[in-house]
Amino acid sequence: MYEVTYHRASSVSEAVKLAKAGEDSKFLAGGMTLIPAMKTRLAAPSDVVDLRHVKEIRGIKVSGKKVTIGAGTTHADVAGNAKLVRVCPAICKLASSIGDPHVRHMGTIGGSIANNDPAADYPAAMLALDATIITNKRAISAARFFKGLFETTLKDGEIIKEVQFTAPAKCGYAKFPNPASRYAMTGVFVAKGKEVRVAVTGAGDDGVFRAKALEKALERKFDASALDGVSVSASNMMSDIHASAEYRANLVVVMAKRAVAAANA
Amino acid sequence: MGMEGIGARVARKEDKRFITGAGRYTDDMVVPGMKHAAFVRSPHAHAAIRKINIKAAMAMPGVIAVLNGKELKADGIGNIICGWMIHSKDGSPMNMGAWSPLATDTVRYVGDAVAIVVADTRAQARDAAEAVEVSYKVKKAVIDPVSALDPKAPQIHPEAANNLIYDWELGDAAAVDAAFKKAAHITKMDVVNNRLVPNAMEPRAALGHYDKAEDHYTCWTTSQNPHVARLVMSAFYNVAPENKLRVIAPDVGGGFGSKIYIYPEELTCLWASKKTGVPVKWVAERTESFLTDAHGRDHVSTVELAFDAKNNMTALKVDTIANLGAYMSLFSSSVPTYLYATLLSGQYKIPAIHANVRTVYTNTTPVDAYRGAGRPEACFLVERVVETAARELGVSPADLRRQNFIKEFPYQTPVIMAYDAGDFDASLDAAMAAAKYETFERRRSTAAKKGKLRGIGMSCYIEACGIAPSAAVGSLGAGVGLWESAEVRVNAVGSVEILTGSHSHGQGHETTFAQLVADRFGVPMDSVSIVHGDTDKVQMGMGTYGSRSGAVGMSAIVKALDKVEEKAKKIAAHLLEADEGDIVIENGELKVAGTDKAVPWFQMALAAYTAHNLPSGMEPGLKEGAFYDPTNFTFPAGCYICEVEVDPETGSTEIVQFVAADDFGNIINPMIVEGQVHGGVAQGIGQALLEGAHYDESGQLLTASYMDYTMPRADNLPSFNVSTTTTACPSNPLGIKGCGEAGAIGSPPAVINAITDAINNNNLSMPATSGKVWAAIRSA
Amino acid sequence: MSEVSMVVNGRKVSGSVEDRTLLVHFLRDNLGLTGTHVGCDTSQCGSCVIHVDGKAVKACTMLAAQASGSTITTIEGLADGASLHVVQEAFKEHHGLQCGFCTPGMIMAAVDMINRHPGGLDEATVRAELDGNICRCTGYHNIVKAILAASKKIKSSSARKKKAA
Repeated sequence: MYEVTYHRASSVSEAVKLAKAGEDSKFLAGGMTLIPAMKTRLAAPSDVVDLRHVKEIRGIKVSGKKVTIGAGTTHADVAGNAKLVRVCPAICKLASSIGDPHVRHMGTIGGSIANNDPAADYPAAMLALDATIITNKRAISAARFFKGLFETTLKDGEIIKEVQFTAPAKCGYAKFPNPASRYAMTGVFVAKGKEVRVAVTGAGDDGVFRAKALEKALERKFDASALDGVSVSASNMMSDIHASAEYRANLVVVMAKRAVAAANA
Repeated sequence: MGMEGIGARVARKEDKRFITGAGRYTDDMVVPGMKHAAFVRSPHAHAAIRKINIKAAMAMPGVIAVLNGKELKADGIGNIICGWMIHSKDGSPMNMGAWSPLATDTVRYVGDAVAIVVADTRAQARDAAEAVEVSYKVKKAVIDPVSALDPKAPQIHPEAANNLIYDWELGDAAAVDAAFKKAAHITKMDVVNNRLVPNAMEPRAALGHYDKAEDHYTCWTTSQNPHVARLVMSAFYNVAPENKLRVIAPDVGGGFGSKIYIYPEELTCLWASKKTGVPVKWVAERTESFLTDAHGRDHVSTVELAFDAKNNMTALKVDTIANLGAYMSLFSSSVPTYLYATLLSGQYKIPAIHANVRTVYTNTTPVDAYRGAGRPEACFLVERVVETAARELGVSPADLRRQNFIKEFPYQTPVIMAYDAGDFDASLDAAMAAAKYETFERRRSTAAKKGKLRGIGMSCYIEACGIAPSAAVGSLGAGVGLWESAEVRVNAVGSVEILTGSHSHGQGHETTFAQLVADRFGVPMDSVSIVHGDTDKVQMGMGTYGSRSGAVGMSAIVKALDKVEEKAKKIAAHLLEADEGDIVIENGELKVAGTDKAVPWFQMALAAYTAHNLPSGMEPGLKEGAFYDPTNFTFPAGCYICEVEVDPETGSTEIVQFVAADDFGNIINPMIVEGQVHGGVAQGIGQALLEGAHYDESGQLLTASYMDYTMPRADNLPSFNVSTTTTACPSNPLGIKGCGEAGAIGSPPAVINAITDAINNNNLSMPATSGKVWAAIRSA
Repeated sequence: MSEVSMVVNGRKVSGSVEDRTLLVHFLRDNLGLTGTHVGCDTSQCGSCVIHVDGKAVKACTMLAAQASGSTITTIEGLADGASLHVVQEAFKEHHGLQCGFCTPGMIMAAVDMINRHPGGLDEATVRAELDGNICRCTGYHNIVKAILAASKKIKSSSARKKKAA
């Protein structure tokens, strides 16, 4: 790790102020991606501003179908929230599949979304749930928020405070993990609210995306069997030593079926 | 068998420190004034070094020195060598290229060390290493061992034309050809044995300390054989004379072969300590370990097995190209030759065998022995081709094996080895019974109803442990003897210290070796200490690898215990005024057989040291040493059966059952032996399903961290069903064969045989990742 | 440089560290608590698992400065004086370790896992929950056995305690 200056913020406004003062500051949420990147010297911020002690961005509120998750809420807290599991079990299941137990104690939903790793789980949920990402400056729809690999519309000094979504009638998540990293090699989040949304992470060569062909098929009938014979093109899939584009394209459909089955269960 | 004696399931003595965080590994060592090292490493697989500019690095905070290969050479430090001479079939010696601990003019793999930086802190050393400017002229690299032999391929060492290290053969080619001409059936297949990274959980580390006052060096290092390290660093690398060099391998966090070798880092730390006047510690980061720990396997082979009309095996022909990487590591040459081709007979009567092995240089990490070392490669070939033959011949794989088993011992194979004992039917029977083999088809159809493809596969392995005797391995080219030493010190109060040349890095020697003493003298295990891993304490030893600590290391202890017992009985006989031949040792007492006359063990020991009343002419004290050189290898063997369920939609494989029935000869501690099997099988399943080193064309290692190299985790594996059958080994006093590697040797073919059975496509390479299996299902 | 202070194994400690210092290095180098190990650079092997404010965390993926003000338990602080923790005992009894390098992290992970599953554990859950801890020696067989045994023991002793109360 290169040298870095550490700051601890106790409020969002203080965090913004501290970040501004640094030359190339980064917000440090759970640190589960940023610190490994700093350790391997792939990330080299001049300053890190620790958000773990900012109370205002932690916690989960569920009112009716309306869900608000503070950006600083850990994966473990999302996974184990009793109110949330009643209205939207798929997101709890998703959270419980991120990393490992130790990572889930530290990693946060805000950190994951802000990083937009193409193999992270949360972006698929945000997109499929049509979530709104609330920052200290504005509200951004998930569809606009995620831009390609590791890119979002977040600007300097902008901190995610919370995410909001309306729990759909049904939703499910199925993930085929990369055998080594355990990130999603393909993860599919399926939500059936007013419309059917299918969002795919880990597979696309430009990050999280919606699988329109699958959505169309599921609009006709929200059942795994509706996807029999449906295929997605391999042309926009990632290909690496773990999985070819064709294999990932196959996994998208298979995981979608399993996500639908979970949603209907 | 007592509570603590031979055969008892004794909990480990060493566990106390490990479970409380009190283990002491190399990185835990602190010496006053200690500074930290980082290595500057080549980012290129093949390049000429033009210039090294250290100015910027030297100006960085905390930096004490930046030292390069030319300075190292100027101080007379020698090249790293391979210690086993192999001759090609034309009689020429192997073509060994020079390996400078720090590269001077050419780098040959990504990770090749170019310079060492010493600084106040680890982070400063790492910062400064990045600031060392090395100017390279990048050359074309060759990664694949088959292409390396192409005359147009980049030439890696001037000493090795066409990158060929040797072209070696074993067996009778004419007899094999004759048998193939008469064959009723021939099964032929191409087999790749995938390259693996050992991945002991403790990264390699070294702390070099030069003491100016005594002109003496101490090296704490992650070694499986500190004495060999001292010998090699002294005799070949000119670091220091043996009497001026102490090597300590404290607690070592796993080895699996990768910590046998003497690497550039430990000797460079020693040299740098003298050069800088400060103790120098280096600890590998995991990616450094991936890049520089010797890798394992990496064979490309063709195998052909001939049968007569009655399905008897008549001949086996093997052609192998083995990738040794960019340099020849310490024992690399022996792995694809004497540790490999000599096991190609497997458990079978095969009248004629011939193997041709070419080893090549490539621009990759050096390859050497990794758990099993040559034997997994042999076993995989044999057990895959036998299984494939059974499928082609339409006979049961178990029956085909059984029909061809060697049933009489000793059995001389056509490839050097003389199997001394075994009962292959017994282990096959035991495994099949444990696996409920007879009812498998029922399970297959139940799985099919759930949409799963269920398959079963077996592997009947044999391997060789405790390479020996020294004179024989010397005649085959080994640069060292493969005996072991032991010293037994009985203290004046009767407690016992065993000094051994074996080294424990997870094997539990502190427990099993103490069991030998408890068994022999009836003293409590708590009063027995095992001393190992320090060249100042133990005079000489050959270390732990090749499953040799039981068969060779414990045999040396037994030999020393024999001498102690003899003297103890003499003392007791004298004290009890009895005949020496009437003394028996029971429950911590030396008794006159058939009487109630006895002297407690501690009293006998005290008598040995007070020396007030010893037999006339007897020297005081009770301390005996022994060197034990075995008469033969030992031959563990067994049968593994793997049952899998494949998800045809994703290609992912679940191991639903894994059965191991091993014959390790006699067993000292079944709990520890089972643990060795579990760990070995996990590594074998890892090789078959998950693990593989991947390079891109330019020689960058793509699997250089746990993000991309798939380590087996708990949820990849089932609980294992392990058991043993026993034929005692006639070649050593304890009748034991060794158990450290069997799991890794026997399991890969069982897994692949099971998956190919499940998916009905025999064309599947390791690791059988889900993507590969999915593609294989589609092309079946 | 930052001044950090925390409670480690019941003792208040403080020190001055570079901001880039990882918690694991503070524990090992400043406090001499070398039971917590570093086995990888990518936060996967789990050799460094400790408890921060009662939860299992990878000490290689947290800055010492981040942990300032926290209460920490490392492997050295797990036993109650001379009497070993039930999980430590179980690892010994079931031969859940060989080289011992991953063991401190394994044990700390196991304690946390058992704490989070007061109702008990089954083999599949234990295996799934161990995905943040890599062992190269044991094939996990005896680690799983040890954790299941410890979980059972802890569950029955807490049931006894409840009954008594």
